[in-house]
Amino acid sequence: MALATSYAENRAATVGDYFALQKPRVMSLVIFTGLAGIVAAPGHIDLLTGFVALLCIAVAAGASGALNMSYDADIDRLMTRTATRPIPMGAITPGEAEGFGWTLSVGAVALMGLFVNLVAAALLAFTVFFYVAVYTLWLKRRTPQNIVIGGLSGALPPAIGWAAVTGSLSLAPILFVAIIFMWTPPHFWALSLWRSDDYARAGVPMMPVVRGKLSTRRQILAYTVALIPLGLAPAFIGAAGPVYLACAGLIGAWFAVEAVATFFERDEAKEPAAHRLFRVSLIYMTALFASLIVESALHIAPLAPWL
Amino acid sequence: MTGSNNDPDKARRRRSIAIALALGALVVLFYIMTMMRVHP
Repeated sequence: MALATSYAENRAATVGDYFALQKPRVMSLVIFTGLAGIVAAPGHIDLLTGFVALLCIAVAAGASGALNMSYDADIDRLMTRTATRPIPMGAITPGEAEGFGWTLSVGAVALMGLFVNLVAAALLAFTVFFYVAVYTLWLKRRTPQNIVIGGLSGALPPAIGWAAVTGSLSLAPILFVAIIFMWTPPHFWALSLWRSDDYARAGVPMMPVVRGKLSTRRQILAYTVALIPLGLAPAFIGAAGPVYLACAGLIGAWFAVEAVATFFERDEAKEPAAHRLFRVSLIYMTALFASLIVESALHIAPLAPWL
Repeated sequence: MTGSNNDPDKARRRRSIAIALALGALVVLFYIMTMMRVHP
């Protein structure tokens, strides 16, 4: 694929370009984990308020994506994975994306504060701030720990959903945040193992570029070993039931097998084990939070906390 | 992103419609949420 070596000639932005600017795939995962936080929380939230909370989470996630693309426009055009985004393609200017992103961010936080509660609004504002200022503007181009620390912003939606219902936080939502936080490094480093040339070209200090692939494989394995028991923990503190426990156990074991395979993988040209690990990491995350939603919908009680 | 990239007027028109729909939906949402708060 030919990369955009300079901003392409301007063309009229379509509605689809503005949709793509909000990173819809990331947004869908955020909506999903946010919804899990809402349904797993004790207490009641009326349907419309729950919808508004989820809408605010989705819009803030989209706004963060737009701001990220605005501030990373110079490196996005250098990488195969990002060269076809709306800004490198010349459909939207970085300034337009910035205005769009900040408008949506402020709107989403204000709406959350006005119609849901201030705790959820504060957490939402912190999430946008952390993703844009801490991850995008500060860490991403400076340290290979960029996605480790920056991953906190992607981990917060279940806590925001929980806070939307309860107006507070407790051990369970913090555990959900910790699970996504620990999941992020093996997920993104698996991707970066076969995209390392892309990141190197753009000067982004991803782990395989800075420390090498062997070190990355070792760290993927370490984070996975920490993640699997953490993933089981909600069932042991009375925050999840048997469906969740089965998913976390079985798919967690699959996750661990693929992390070990990635550790021993030596086909650096194709990285087949890393591809499989990336896919299973998505399945793991989806299954964990889907099981929380299913258990809530079917009224399956959480396991006793003493288990 | 779409096949209408070469027609700026069409793209602008569709953007305007999308903005109008989004604003309209927000007005309805704000109205309902405010009514819920005022008359719970």
